[in-house]
Amino acid sequence: MVDMTADTPLISLQNINKHYGDYHALRNINLDIRQGEFFSLLGPSGCGKTTLLRTIAGFEDYDTGYVTITGRDMRGVPANKRPTNMVFQSYAIFPHLSVIENVAFGLRKARMSKADKTQAAEAALEMVGLKGYGHRAAHALSGGQRQRVALARALVLKPKVLLLDEPLSALDRKMREQMQVELIKLQREVGITFILVTHDQEEALVMSDRIAVMFEGEIAQCDDPEVLYRNPKSKRVADFIGVMNFLPATVREEDGRYIATIAGLGETEISEAQCPGGVPVGAATVGFRPETLTLLYEGQSATHREAPAMIDEVVYYGDMTYYDVRFDGVDHPARISMRNIFGRDVLAVGTQARVNWSPGALVVFEQSA
Amino acid sequence: MKTLKVYAIFYLIFLYAPIFLLPLFAFNSSTIIAFPLESFTTEWFTQLLTLSEMHGALLNSLKIAVISALLATTLGIFAAMAVSRYSFPGQKGIMGFIMLPLVLPEIIVAVSLLIVILRIGLDTGAWSVIAGHTLICTPFAIAILQSAFAALDPALEEAAYDLGETPVSTFRLVTLPLVMPGIISALLISFTISMDEFIIAFFLTGADPTLPVYLFSMLRFPKLLPAVMALGTILVVLSILLITIAEYFRRRGAKRTGNDTGGFL
Amino acid sequence: MLVSPTALYALLLLAIPLAAVVLISFWTQTGVRDFDTTFTLANYKEALTDPLYRQLMLRSLMVSGLVTLITVLLAFPIAYFVSFGVKPEHKSLWIFLITIPFWTSYLIRVFLWKVILGYNGVLNSGLKVVGLLEEPLSFILYNVNAVILTLAHAYAPFAILPIFVALEKIDRSLLEASRDLGESRTMTFLRVTLPLAAPGVVAAVLIVFIPTIGDYVTPRLVGGPGGLMIANMIQTQFLRLNNAPLGATLAVIAMLIVAVIAVVFLILGNRAAGGKKGGRT
Repeated sequence: MVDMTADTPLISLQNINKHYGDYHALRNINLDIRQGEFFSLLGPSGCGKTTLLRTIAGFEDYDTGYVTITGRDMRGVPANKRPTNMVFQSYAIFPHLSVIENVAFGLRKARMSKADKTQAAEAALEMVGLKGYGHRAAHALSGGQRQRVALARALVLKPKVLLLDEPLSALDRKMREQMQVELIKLQREVGITFILVTHDQEEALVMSDRIAVMFEGEIAQCDDPEVLYRNPKSKRVADFIGVMNFLPATVREEDGRYIATIAGLGETEISEAQCPGGVPVGAATVGFRPETLTLLYEGQSATHREAPAMIDEVVYYGDMTYYDVRFDGVDHPARISMRNIFGRDVLAVGTQARVNWSPGALVVFEQSA
Repeated sequence: MKTLKVYAIFYLIFLYAPIFLLPLFAFNSSTIIAFPLESFTTEWFTQLLTLSEMHGALLNSLKIAVISALLATTLGIFAAMAVSRYSFPGQKGIMGFIMLPLVLPEIIVAVSLLIVILRIGLDTGAWSVIAGHTLICTPFAIAILQSAFAALDPALEEAAYDLGETPVSTFRLVTLPLVMPGIISALLISFTISMDEFIIAFFLTGADPTLPVYLFSMLRFPKLLPAVMALGTILVVLSILLITIAEYFRRRGAKRTGNDTGGFL
Repeated sequence: MLVSPTALYALLLLAIPLAAVVLISFWTQTGVRDFDTTFTLANYKEALTDPLYRQLMLRSLMVSGLVTLITVLLAFPIAYFVSFGVKPEHKSLWIFLITIPFWTSYLIRVFLWKVILGYNGVLNSGLKVVGLLEEPLSFILYNVNAVILTLAHAYAPFAILPIFVALEKIDRSLLEASRDLGESRTMTFLRVTLPLAAPGVVAAVLIVFIPTIGDYVTPRLVGGPGGLMIANMIQTQFLRLNNAPLGATLAVIAMLIVAVIAVVFLILGNRAAGGKKGGRT
C-alpha cells in the first residue's frame, strides 16, 4: 500500500523511560512507526513489549519522553480519546453482550443512525469472516471466533493504529498459522497500521514489515525481517531469531584486511559488512545459520570451503534432517539443516563427515555481545 | 463411595429433620407439639393475623433488614473492588478485621455496641440494630462480591476505555451488568441474615422488638407454640426462597464470567 | 482508598466497641448508666475466683470443644464425598443443599430441638407411638447433652464448607502420582489427601469453635440450669443484674481464652500441613 505520507512517521516514540518502583521497565525507547506498516514488538516475556504497547494505547504512564501519534503529543490523552484500538490477549469479549453488540460497542457515541451502526458492525463482522454470527451469545464462541470478534470490534472504529497484544497465543498451532495469513491479508485490505506484540519469532518474521526486538526494556535491534535474520547486531538477537551456531574465533587486521581464525574451520577473510556490530578485533564469536552449511556426500566436492566433522546426533523431520555435528577441536555441536532429497540416505550418528561452509555466510560478533 | 453416599444421605436427613417438623405441626390441630398428629388445620396461620404486636415486629424487621442489606452491600462493593484490584499495605490485616464478625460470637458484637451506645448516652432502637446487622452482614456481602469482582477480567474494562468510553460509562455499561448478579445475591443474603438474626436485635432493639425477638417472647407461652410453628414455617420458607433466588443469581453471574466456584463461602 | 468506607465502618462499630468492652471491664457500675471510672481489677478477681463463673467458663470450653470435635469428624466424610464422589455438575447442588438449613432462622432451629427433645416432645411421643418406649426419656433435654447435640446440628455446614474447599483444591493428578508410585488407596489418603486437606480442617475447627463458645440461644433454650454457658451469664450481668463491667470482664476473659486456643491451634495445624514448605496455593 503506497501512501503519500509514507516518510513521516505515524507514531513516534522519543526517549521513553518507565520505572515500576526500582524496576526499569522501558529504557530509552526511540521508535518511528510508519503509516500502513505491519510492525512487531518481539521479545521474551518480561522484556517490556506489552508495556510499550500499552503505553501507545494510553494504559500506561511513562516517566520521560514523548509519544506522538500523527504528530500530536499524547501525554495526558486517555485511552478512550486516542486514535488507537486494541485487540487484547484475552480478547476481552464482553460476556453479557451478543456478538453484534460487542462489535458495535465503540459506536455508541458515533453520530450515526442506529441502522448505520448495525450496518457498520455487520460489515466488520463480514470482513473477519463471521457473517451471520451477530446474534450469537459471546460466551458460545470458540477461541478463533472470539479473536475475530475482537478484531472486528476494534476495526469498526477505523483507528489510525490497531494494537494487537499476543493475539494468537491462545490458539492452537493450525488455527494460529491460518490466522497469521488472514491478519496479513486483512492488514493489506484496510491499510491500517498494525502493531503486534509477540514472543514468537517465527510469527514476527512471517507477518511483519519491520520488527523491533526487545530485551530487558530496551530495543536491541529494529529492522525488516530479512536484515534481522541475516545480520543480527548481537549474539543475543541472533540467538533469539531462528537458530544460530556459534564458534569461538580471533580476528586480526592485516594490511587493511580482516582475517578470522575460527575454531574447527580455520582461517578466512571477513568483510566489515559481516560485522553488524562493528569489527571485533581480538577475541570474537562467529555465527552461522544451519542452512548455510551442507554435508558433503561421497563424490561431492566443496563449492566453498571444507571442514571435517563428526555427526553427533540426527533429527529426522520428514522434509528436513537436522544434524548436530562436532568440528575438530570444538566441544559443543553445531546444527546443520539439510533438505531430504529422494534417493539420498540420511547419514548415521558417528559418521565422519565433510562439511561445506561459505565464508560469506558468517556473521562476526564481539565475544561478549 | 457407596457407604459414603448412604452416610451423606442420612446426614442430610439429620440436617433437615427439624425443619421438616415445622409444617407438620403448623398444620396440626393439637395444641401440644407431639405425636400422634391430629387433624389438618390452618387455624394457627389465621391466629397469626390476630397478633397485632407481631405485625409491628414484622414491619420493624423488614425495615431493618432492607436498610442493613443496602448498607452492607454498599460497604461490600467498596471492599470487594479494593481487594480485587489493588494490593495495599496492611491489606490482609484490614480485611481480616472487616471479616472478623464472621467468627466473632454475636453476643460479643451485641454487648460491645450496647456499651458504646449507653456510654454515649443514646437510646437503643431500630437504628442500633441496623448498625449491628450491617456489621455482621458486610463480611458475607464481601465474600460474595469478591468472587464476582475477581471473576471480572480487567481487560474488559480496558477494552471499554479503548473503545472510547469514560470510566463512568464503563462502570455503567460493563462493570455493573457483570457484577449485578453478585450484588443481588449479596443483597438477598444480607436481608436474610438480618431478618433471622436474634442476639444483636435482642440486646439493641429497644422498645420495638424485631420479629425474632418477638418470637422469642412467644416461646414462654405454651398456648402460642402452634402459632410459633406457623410463623416459623413462613420464615423458613421465605429464607429458603430468598436463598435459592440468591444462589440463582450468583450462578448466573458465575456462568457469564465463565467460572463457577460453587457455594457462598 | 476504596476500602476505606468499609474499614472506617468496622473501626467505628467494631474496633472502638471492642476496646470499650476492655476499658469498661476495669470500671465499677454505680448506677443504671453511671460508672466509677477508677481503674480496678476487682472484676477480674471476682470472675476468676468465683466458682460459678469458673464452672461456666469450663463448661463452655468443654461444650465448644466437644461440639467442634463432633462436627468436624462428622463433616469430613461429607466434604470428602461431595468433593470426590459427586459428579462435578452436581457438586454445587450438594453444597447448596447442605448450606440451606444454615440460612434459616437459628432461633427457630434451636427451638425445634427443644420441641423434639422435650419430655412430651416429638422424639418421646414418636417413640411411644411406635411402641419402642413406655416411659419418656428425660435425660435428653435441659442438660449439656442437648446443648451439644443442638450446636453440632447448627454448625454442621460451617465445618463442611472449608474442608470441601480444601479438598477441591487438591490437584487430582497428585493422587494418581501417589498410586503410580506404589501407594495403596488408604496410604494415598493418609499421605497425600489428608495433609493437603489440613488447612481446611484447621479452618473448620476455628470457624466452629470460636462462635460456639459464645453461643447464647442454645443453652438458654435447651440447656436447662445445668447446661448454661458463659454467654448466658454475660447477658444476665448486662441486662438483668445491671453489672456491665463484670459482664464485660467475662466477655474479655472468654475472648482471650478463645484467642489463645485459636493461635495455638493455628500453629499446630500449620505445622501439620507442612506450612513451612510454603508455595502451595
